[in-house]
Amino acid sequence: MKVLYYPGCTLKTKARNLGDTAVESLALLDIELEELSRWNCCGAVHSLADDDLIHLVAPVRVLIRALEQGGGRLVTICSMCYNTLARANRVMRDDPEKRKTINLFMDEEPDYQGEVEVVHLLSMFRDEVGWDLLRERIKIPLKGLKIAPYYGCTLQRPREVGIEPVGRFDLMKHFIEALGAEAVSMTSADRCCGSYQILGNPEVAKDASSIILADAGKSGADALVLSCPLCEFNLDRNQGVLFEEGRISKVVPAFYFTQLLALALGVDPRRCHLELNSEASIGLLRDKGIIAS
Amino acid sequence: MTRISVKAGQRVFLDRLAKMSGQNVQQCFQCGICSGSCPMLENMDTHPRKIIRMAQFGMIEELEQANTFWICASCHACNVMCPRGVDLPRLMEALRLMTLRKNQNKVEPSRLPGEMIKEYPQIAMVSGFRKLTG
Repeated sequence: MKVLYYPGCTLKTKARNLGDTAVESLALLDIELEELSRWNCCGAVHSLADDDLIHLVAPVRVLIRALEQGGGRLVTICSMCYNTLARANRVMRDDPEKRKTINLFMDEEPDYQGEVEVVHLLSMFRDEVGWDLLRERIKIPLKGLKIAPYYGCTLQRPREVGIEPVGRFDLMKHFIEALGAEAVSMTSADRCCGSYQILGNPEVAKDASSIILADAGKSGADALVLSCPLCEFNLDRNQGVLFEEGRISKVVPAFYFTQLLALALGVDPRRCHLELNSEASIGLLRDKGIIAS
Repeated sequence: MTRISVKAGQRVFLDRLAKMSGQNVQQCFQCGICSGSCPMLENMDTHPRKIIRMAQFGMIEELEQANTFWICASCHACNVMCPRGVDLPRLMEALRLMTLRKNQNKVEPSRLPGEMIKEYPQIAMVSGFRKLTG
């Protein structure tokens, strides 16, 4: 099966550990992720002001490219890209006035009416691949690893684009269990990590991330699993800073869901770009015998 | 029933806020679930519930001075809980834009340290610039 996908800016650079592992894992599940041949940044956040239509141009342009390339649907791997594209798509589908203005403004493009279906890769596992098939293909079960699902904000909110109802975390739980690991629940699974405040108000973002990591520590999780490069930065790569500043007392590394999938499917760990995660992540996998020392 | 009366200057501000955000602040009955669900509450000098109250009364000066909408990370935790259907993140965005559109950036891209630019993921830069610059 061939599936059209949108990588987004970060997956091609600082989050190759998310993008590359997704492509390689899916190939092992007989799904070819075909990259959109032309794409631009989605804008990362959805425009929330009614008079701010200009910021819808970037995501709508991506959706038009997807339609041109024959994609009735477009798969995203980064959850912020998912949120931004899915919400822009809904505006084009459901708001005739804004649709008309945007189509008139983008007069060099064909008119777009929200025809593409935007899908997050995690939903595809649940709805198309299925947990049974995933379990069958696992070569190295992640036994002994306790993982807490971390959804962050953009996979569930707002409700109209949520991949699962607010407050329910079954999708990632089933995913973790299919990989042979143990899913651990924590109350902060959908609490904001601080997001873009790491740029403007770093102290605020660090406070937010520390609460989540402390909760993960208390829940007994060895690691978090997530799908957003901004969450990964705040919660994983920045964790050394949080520890040094005394904000957290226990290190709980985070992995992208595609990294754990790749490892469980038997992909060479050197191809999982663990060097882009926090140091603690490699140590944990070694301790659990998932990668060689 | 108590009637809330606002002066002409306040009316202009409130109309603009309503138009930009698409929200009717008078819908809010002050249950406070927005404040209760906000993960950034401790860093805010004015709780989200109070922001709506101020808007209901046209307290422009107090609204403009609050740090609330600069601390808000648009996580939508309040929005999914609101029993009155008020989309508070949209209200916060309108308040941010009222400042940002006067060319008053909260983050100056040219002044960011080189280390930060090198280290931070693109997604942090793009989303931060989108929310904190005009």
